[in-house]
Amino acid sequence: MTDQRSQAEIVRESLKVRYRKERRFRLYGMAAIAVALLSLLILFTDIVGKGYTGFIKTTITLDVSLDGEAMYLEDARDKDQLSMADFQAPIISALQEYFPEATGRKDVRELKRLVGSYAGNRVRNLLTEQPELLGTTQTMTFLVHDTVSVYVKHAGSDAYSIRLSEQQQRWVDELVEKGVVETAFNDVFFSRGDSREPSNAGVLGAIVGSLFTMVVTIAIAFPVGVAAAVYLEEFAPQNKLTDFIEVNINNLAAVPSIIFGLLGLAVFIGLFGMPRSVPVVGGLVLALMTLPTIIISSRAAIKSVPPSIREAAEGMGASKMQVVLHHVVPLAMPGMMTGSIIGMAQALGETAPLLLIGMVAFIVEIPDGFFSSATVLPVQIYLWASSAEQGFVELASAGIMILLTFMITMNAMAIWLRKRLERRW
Amino acid sequence: MHTANLLPLVLVIAVVAYMLAFMRSRTVAEPFGGIRNLKALPFYYAARAALWCAIPALILLGAWTAFEGKVIQNVVVSSLPADVAPKSEGEASLVLSQISNVAAGKLDPNFVPKPVVGAADLLENLRDRSSNFKTMLVILIAVLGGGFAWSRVQPHINARENVERTLRWIFFICAGVAILTTVGIVFSVIFETVRFFGKVPITEFLFGTTWSPQTALRADQVGSEGAFGVIPLFTGTLLISFIALVVSVPVGLMSAVYLSEYASKRGRAILKPLLEMLAGVPTVVYGFFAALTVAPFISDLADIIGLEASAQSALAAGLVMGVMIIPFVSSLSDDVINAVPQTLRDGSLALGATQSETMKNVIFPAALPGIMGGILLAASRAIGETMIVVMAAGLAANLTANPLSSVTTVTVQIVTLLTGDQEFDSAKTLSAFALGMMLFIVTLALNIVALKIVRKYREQYD
Amino acid sequence: MNTMNTTATRDVAVEEQEQKTQPVEDPRPEQAELEEGKTVGVPYVDDPKFRLRDVEVFYGESRAIKKISLDIAKNEVIAFIGPSGCGKSTFLRCLNRMNDSIDICSVKGSLELDGDDIYNSKRDVVELRARVGMVFQKPNPFPKSIYDNVAYGPRIHGLANRKSDLDEIVENSLRKAGLWDEVKDRLDATATGMSGGQQQRLCIARAIAVSPEVVLMDEPCSALDPIATAKVEELIAELSESYTIVIVTHSMQQAARVSHRTAYFHLGHLVEVNDTNKVFTSPEHEMTESYITGRFG
Repeated sequence: MTDQRSQAEIVRESLKVRYRKERRFRLYGMAAIAVALLSLLILFTDIVGKGYTGFIKTTITLDVSLDGEAMYLEDARDKDQLSMADFQAPIISALQEYFPEATGRKDVRELKRLVGSYAGNRVRNLLTEQPELLGTTQTMTFLVHDTVSVYVKHAGSDAYSIRLSEQQQRWVDELVEKGVVETAFNDVFFSRGDSREPSNAGVLGAIVGSLFTMVVTIAIAFPVGVAAAVYLEEFAPQNKLTDFIEVNINNLAAVPSIIFGLLGLAVFIGLFGMPRSVPVVGGLVLALMTLPTIIISSRAAIKSVPPSIREAAEGMGASKMQVVLHHVVPLAMPGMMTGSIIGMAQALGETAPLLLIGMVAFIVEIPDGFFSSATVLPVQIYLWASSAEQGFVELASAGIMILLTFMITMNAMAIWLRKRLERRW
Repeated sequence: MHTANLLPLVLVIAVVAYMLAFMRSRTVAEPFGGIRNLKALPFYYAARAALWCAIPALILLGAWTAFEGKVIQNVVVSSLPADVAPKSEGEASLVLSQISNVAAGKLDPNFVPKPVVGAADLLENLRDRSSNFKTMLVILIAVLGGGFAWSRVQPHINARENVERTLRWIFFICAGVAILTTVGIVFSVIFETVRFFGKVPITEFLFGTTWSPQTALRADQVGSEGAFGVIPLFTGTLLISFIALVVSVPVGLMSAVYLSEYASKRGRAILKPLLEMLAGVPTVVYGFFAALTVAPFISDLADIIGLEASAQSALAAGLVMGVMIIPFVSSLSDDVINAVPQTLRDGSLALGATQSETMKNVIFPAALPGIMGGILLAASRAIGETMIVVMAAGLAANLTANPLSSVTTVTVQIVTLLTGDQEFDSAKTLSAFALGMMLFIVTLALNIVALKIVRKYREQYD
Repeated sequence: MNTMNTTATRDVAVEEQEQKTQPVEDPRPEQAELEEGKTVGVPYVDDPKFRLRDVEVFYGESRAIKKISLDIAKNEVIAFIGPSGCGKSTFLRCLNRMNDSIDICSVKGSLELDGDDIYNSKRDVVELRARVGMVFQKPNPFPKSIYDNVAYGPRIHGLANRKSDLDEIVENSLRKAGLWDEVKDRLDATATGMSGGQQQRLCIARAIAVSPEVVLMDEPCSALDPIATAKVEELIAELSESYTIVIVTHSMQQAARVSHRTAYFHLGHLVEVNDTNKVFTSPEHEMTESYITGRFG
């Protein structure tokens, strides 16, 4: 056995190396946190960077002379003539006011592509409503073509100009300088459904669809989840069936969400013949998916109610059900609601199962009920993100920002609720 | 009347029944000297009336709504004359959609065969009748139930016990929804899977190395049946999950170590919620990030180094999925590390061990089973994750271990096969259910094993 | 005075928790004579191992130890006694800085081991703990084999160059702990399968395997049955030949049996330090007397 002094020395000598290892280990920990937080930061900045332009629309204001001859339209009250007329023509001639040199076939085509393809419809609608305007000159504001919009919003960046010809770029630059082409807050985005053209597409349809779906989800998942939790915590006898229920809940909590989509497809649509793409089916599927989360958190909330309360109520001669409904459930309610909000936030962001039950359809109208075809916010984001046009990518990012805002609000609400209402025993 | 309107109506009837029964219980109690001589409080008589009113009506409403569509369809289809009657399920769905489109006015009746127009009329007729019957029956049952309970508001009947027993049953059924869901999942995949294996032998499915369900363009084409070898999907899934775990396990574990052992209370209070934000981000957002930012970045980077990377790579999907799973691994590890008793830490520190030595030599070994369980759960997450791979991994079923190439996964194929136009009964559609079945079995097995390990580990220190 | 908690077997952690949340009360009127820093008996010795002066310990705002001064001699066994929450465990844990891991705990005053300040910022806590070992209230063997438990300390400190050295250290330590004969055939068995008494002796073996100069024992027998307790006490007596031992105990009999000197703590004060015999036969301070005669505890 070595003597004591030398042992203390051995220890002291080893310290340098050991502390280096200690520091390295600690550094690994910090690096891990840094990696995680950096990912979060990159993710957020990337999305904001890609998407802030989604909140901006680009418009062009032109003095359109509604010249009947150019449109091949003699009488704006005649339906047949209206359906045959060329409503692009006055817009092009309005543009030619600025660029009189653009008269060739190719030039006209390029001019045409400066303005959104729905511009003609605007003229038609105006004339349909007010036929007397034929022959007058009106100042009208149109959305520009998607490629122009992207070019204007990302002025100076080469990556966004490739889809415009040099001539078009020159024109657009000139129009911007003259104040004819302007950017403004994108109210279209917040007031419409999906569209084939990015500048005309909005997120409102998806938001409303999400809302209907979430209403169904919460209306089913919350009461059923709370009732199941109450049963398991307060009434369930210790037997195989109860064990089996618990095993099922725990496993369902970890089943991939897409499997719930298969369930929805096979049972709700296949077996029950429910329609595709509707919020009711989506809500049902998401309710089944969130149920385990709600049950587990509600059970935890019920467990945290101290037994003394139960004993006190039982001592007064309350029946078991009265104890539960009058005391335990109200006291556990904040915890249950917190868990449910978190579950709802999860459901709000869920995409995969909804793809399988047909909520990926292209839907222009804003849904007006639980049984009307709809899509939801995350699916809309998926659809836009899979489109090739640059304009849709920025809409997808903007949609993500809206979705994240909803989710952060919900989570903040859950935290607030927990802080505000949860008792400490 | 539409179900969406009928539902509130039933509830209104229930409320009326509640109020009537409440009043009646007071009236009934009067001659006996007030409500204290009733067997139960008026509330319970009233609640019983409401339950009697609502429950049978709602059950009927639910069942009717669930099955009326199918029943009407069958009646309509069987009414078709033999020459237009569908011969297969695929045809049936085609004819049905024609009929319902005509009925809804979306399709011009002039463009379809005459019997179809007749069927559309029949369909509309049946729908109307069914709706009327449903409305009448549901209201009738609600009123009858409520009336019966109302008539039974008698002082000697213990309504409280009645109500409580009913509630207990309702609670039990709610808990049983978990079982029903599992059963539903199993049944929804098992039938189609069995039918799929009737078309494609199970051995070919499990051991085949080519996956190309979409090739059938012409009936006489070579391989028109498509190839359903699941191995490339499996390797693709494993490759991406492996990359995800390589990212998330060390980062998640070390974050948990730092948070539980080194970070100050304040630091922990700030860092932990930030970390958990990663878990709250929807998967579609990660998918977007992977497909539009990470994948191009990787492919550019590979170009610079001189490697060849496809625009959609396993690496991009795996990396982003790894980031997504970090908080999952970290919070599971955190639980597990904190479950190691403080006395073990003290024992090691008191011997002069540094914190990292304590961590590596005492806590990790003690927490290992729990951490393993957590990793298995994370793996099951990665395998079942859908949106990231749908958006970033690609569709090409390459049998490769090269992370820079595009691979496809089980979940991607399920989504691809089941979105868009489907022909029922084709091997292509059915294969999605077989894949779903496989996915369900694999994740279920992983979860069961993982939960067992974790539970055993917890018991060890309880 | 019976408002004080008398639960004997509480975790140190629990005790500390309580001190955190409930500040130690001010001395009540009848204890007004407990003057800060004043200790009766013989707190000081010549050439001490530990020289502790005006030690104060704070948990956040509350003061758990109030200006305690004490010397601990070489190769002596000193017992700390006193009612629950009196600060004896807290004080003990200062001696190898085990309180460092509690964020809100801070220590003031001068604490010297062989003339070196142990709370000096340059002072190394790892080296300190290698010299001042500790045995805890509840046996806390690592979930490893018996051999690995004992070899843990020598391994991390690099005390053995060869496997044979390590074997020797393990055997010696187990022998000293009186455990060798019981476990020599199953050194590879996991330590958590042993009986409570064996586990605690294993923890003692683990502590002495790094040849510390001082062994701190925090109620080492509180979780053990009487037979196991007797064995551990026997072991303490043997160890006192080569180590300085500081033992916190709830059992006055145990203090009487194993220690040379006894220190009586009360509400963060060190009331009396005296020869063990004297403390238990004719204590100088009336509070010590009240305690040992069981008027409170």
